[in-house]
Amino acid sequence: MKTLPELIFNLSKEGKVGYSYSAGEFSDDLIAIDSEKIREDTADFPQLSEVEIVRHFTNLSHLNHSVDSGFYPLGSCTMKYNPKINEKIAGFEEFSTHPYSPHHLVQGNLEIIETLEEWLIKLTGMAAFTLAPAAGAHGEFVGMQVIRKYLSSKGDHRKIVLIPDSAHGTNPASAHFAGYGIKEIPSNEEGIIDGGTLKEHLNEDVAALIMTNPNTLGIFEKNIGEIADLLHKNGSLLYMDGANMNAFLGIVKPGDLGVDVIHLNLHKTFSTPHGGGGPGAGPVGVSEPLKEFLPVPIVVKDGGQYKVRYFDEKGIGRVKNFYGNFLVLVRALVYLMALGKENVRKVAEDAVLNANYIRQGLRNDLDLPYQSKILHEVVFSDKNLNVKTLDIAKRLLDFGMHPFTVYFPLIVHGAMMIEPTETESKETLDAFIAVMKRILEEAAETPEVLENAPHYTPVSRLDEVFAARQLHVKWEKGGNN
Amino acid sequence: MRYFPLTDADRAEIRKSIGIKENRELFSDLPPDKIYFSLDHIPSALPENELIDRFKEIAEKNSYGQYLSFLGGGAYNHFTPEVVNELSRKGEFLTPYTPYQPEVSQGSLQAMFEYQTMITMLTGMDVSNASLYDGGTAAAEGVLLALRKAKKKKRILIASSLHPEYIEIILTYVRNLDYEVDYVAYDRETGTVNAAELEQKTDENTAGFIFQSPNFFGVIEDNRKICEILHNRKSYAIQTVAEAMSMAFLTPAGENGVDIIVGEAQSFGLPLGFGGPYLGFMAVRKEFIRQMPGRIVGQTVDKKGNRGYVLTLSTREQHIKREKATSNICTNQAWCALRAGIYLATMGKKGLREISKTNHLNTAYFVREIAKFSHVTVKYRKNFYNEVVLEIKNKKVEDFIGKMEEKGILAGIPLKWFFSDSEDSILVNFTEIHKKKDIDRFVTAVGELQ
Amino acid sequence: MRIDDLKFTKEHEWVSIDGDILTVGISDYAQKELGDVVYVELPPLGDTFAKGDTCSSIESVKAVSDIYTPVSGEIVDVNSNLEDNPELINQSPYEDGWVFKIKIEDEGELDDMMDADLYDEYLQGILEE
Repeated sequence: MKTLPELIFNLSKEGKVGYSYSAGEFSDDLIAIDSEKIREDTADFPQLSEVEIVRHFTNLSHLNHSVDSGFYPLGSCTMKYNPKINEKIAGFEEFSTHPYSPHHLVQGNLEIIETLEEWLIKLTGMAAFTLAPAAGAHGEFVGMQVIRKYLSSKGDHRKIVLIPDSAHGTNPASAHFAGYGIKEIPSNEEGIIDGGTLKEHLNEDVAALIMTNPNTLGIFEKNIGEIADLLHKNGSLLYMDGANMNAFLGIVKPGDLGVDVIHLNLHKTFSTPHGGGGPGAGPVGVSEPLKEFLPVPIVVKDGGQYKVRYFDEKGIGRVKNFYGNFLVLVRALVYLMALGKENVRKVAEDAVLNANYIRQGLRNDLDLPYQSKILHEVVFSDKNLNVKTLDIAKRLLDFGMHPFTVYFPLIVHGAMMIEPTETESKETLDAFIAVMKRILEEAAETPEVLENAPHYTPVSRLDEVFAARQLHVKWEKGGNN
Repeated sequence: MRYFPLTDADRAEIRKSIGIKENRELFSDLPPDKIYFSLDHIPSALPENELIDRFKEIAEKNSYGQYLSFLGGGAYNHFTPEVVNELSRKGEFLTPYTPYQPEVSQGSLQAMFEYQTMITMLTGMDVSNASLYDGGTAAAEGVLLALRKAKKKKRILIASSLHPEYIEIILTYVRNLDYEVDYVAYDRETGTVNAAELEQKTDENTAGFIFQSPNFFGVIEDNRKICEILHNRKSYAIQTVAEAMSMAFLTPAGENGVDIIVGEAQSFGLPLGFGGPYLGFMAVRKEFIRQMPGRIVGQTVDKKGNRGYVLTLSTREQHIKREKATSNICTNQAWCALRAGIYLATMGKKGLREISKTNHLNTAYFVREIAKFSHVTVKYRKNFYNEVVLEIKNKKVEDFIGKMEEKGILAGIPLKWFFSDSEDSILVNFTEIHKKKDIDRFVTAVGELQ
Repeated sequence: MRIDDLKFTKEHEWVSIDGDILTVGISDYAQKELGDVVYVELPPLGDTFAKGDTCSSIESVKAVSDIYTPVSGEIVDVNSNLEDNPELINQSPYEDGWVFKIKIEDEGELDDMMDADLYDEYLQGILEE
């Protein structure tokens, strides 16, 4: 079994060197800094040879489960395959220019930004995009700010944002940091928002509704047309959290559904790697009337040349340094160009086929709290089981599969949220269904096997309570690490 | 299509198993008149070889690479050892999600723990988080952290010598919240924070002061004095660092009395990348930990008593506290932090300091050499790190930059982009990338523009 | 301390009355719902709160529970043992796990609290939901 390597600080030895670089050409006489502003050595900084560095991080990498190593059906995270060609092209040295370079020297980069914007406009039906936001939550924050600026430009200072009870936690947090109060609205027995419920919550203080569509139950919010109408009549806007856009990429344009603002997650639908938690990119698209409130910078084509508006009075200002996570944008554009019109729709079709196949395969074994049709993911509950969702999840690890998202959405007891994505084979889905059935048999016969799982991972179940009480958050010399 | 493992036969079998005849039925809850919109206006798929050709064509439209660049201003060109590229590209690091299942994520988690440790060593602070988006958003999060911790104090002071983009981002972040913002000017002689003005503006309602050191003009502030002034009024000192490389040569923030340090760590193994993805970092004194934004990795034990790592203090975060969370951040820049961790470990104790010192010495050499001309002057000649403000006295800044460009040199960033009162100056950066011959070439080219 | 002597709020806090000083903690039911407590944020000594204000919070690994001030008044004592031993909330919710003491301003505010029997009934109601 694989075990944890020593911490790199414990491997360190005085005198070892892991780098080589030309020696400096000037003597210390030139130093122009007051001596009290110059530090002592970073005494405990690691000292290792190059091969030891390589082995350390290679051994660490072996302790990770990843999309490259196996099935990863983490619901609402869209853990699809991250094509290798994206990495190669994003690594082209020519793209790695300085962000303050004169614009005429970086026309290629500006073309990439404009071309990706065009693709996203065509696929969503929105009027314009900003590619600046660094992640989905950052996009939500930007979208909320745009809504606020748009409304206040009309002298309208609404204070409330409505959020369904099935929403991801970033929705209320993002709206809060944009200065909004939050009101939660309940979903109905079909797992969606209905017009009647929305009406009860609408008043002149409501700025917007944030709707994830398809929602976190994997269900399409089919009342979206009626909901958009109700909101618009009330002077409110419809914000769509596009985290689950993979479900209908190339099938329907959110702009055609009455959506005013949307964010997309390039690290979900558009195949850029999650990197163990980031970086991502969270472009925000808006309808025509909101266009002028987008953040800077704005890339414009002027004759044959790309130019940049780096300052803009009317918009919400700046939300991120430079042009956003540019090399992530490159990867997403490579992906879209690889798909082309022949394949872009198959993304959604295969993703939805795969999710429905799992739903069908396990619906007699697990409680299905909502009977509605699903798109890209299915949510089961641990109701009627003698073990908990967490135990099933941990046991899955023993079979080399990453668990589904657990205990989310909050409205389902012991939620198991499964999103296979389009990049999994039928063989993998069959294997997953078989493993789940076997685990459920174990649950009935030998529940302790689940409760003590995982058995075959580099570490067994970790004590999170101990971690939170100790708060041991760095290596310390002579400490217990 | 190579990204889709299902065969047509598989698809037919799945359709049969779920009781539908054609794919369109999968979307029967969607408005029938709006689905399957025309894709005619979208380009055709490109096979892998043609993708490479297409992007090579685009890449060739960037002629930046043909120039000798002295651009800095928050994005710095440093050398990255090949092991950083090689190791970080491993699929096991590149393709997992946030480590929600720690038993199969110990690689990422331990690497993050090591990164956090090295950031605390460099900053001299107690705790580091696992990353934020970039320097500008980290600055905004630092301001919000100080305001949260100070509870009833609603006012924040910003140094005018803070990176102008960072200031813009802070303003976007606090605009709709109930806070007051004021500025502290810089001294025109030294380029550093005007201490008298800081003292005068720090009142009992001031939660904190955010400043940059080395500041936007490249000058190292009198950090100790700033902290003293603030602490006398029970306000927090928030230091920003845009050039993380400086931390390996300059007195750590913790020793100077800084409460919160935030910044941009792109210099640690991340390519210029036209501005991103970069790496926001934040480190704080212990008493701030529960108010800190972002993920934090902690060490713990497993059921058998073995060492292991988990994400800890999650109750600060949006998935539990929702609108009461310390930040809305979820996805961060984990992979960039991994690269920084590998970079720092590879450079090690000796290399990092050597390289950092070289950055300063190269700049100091330039300052000495350029002094022989009178048509240009370095404005702040003391306590600069690896960037200086160069005043152009004999022509307009755009003409100077244009002429230098004709000589194949990107001389610097015009300050008038950001400061209406700096018509005549550019910001010039030197790193270890520049050799003596490069700096000499710059100086000679300037000499030709007398 | 006998449970019968305590009064309870709908927010699952308990109080015990001693003259004009009220000791406040969370109920056994509340600590079980929360799970292993890892941190208690104590109210600042000497601060005054209005009835219903959030004055402190208790955290487990997966949840945070706000504590609402059961009556208006000034905080006169806090259980600083909880800073290093938050698990006392789990081990001894009615004794060693008390959270703070507050000086009562208006005795009328005690009227709508439940005694142990009524609180039991209230819990039954919740469990049947």
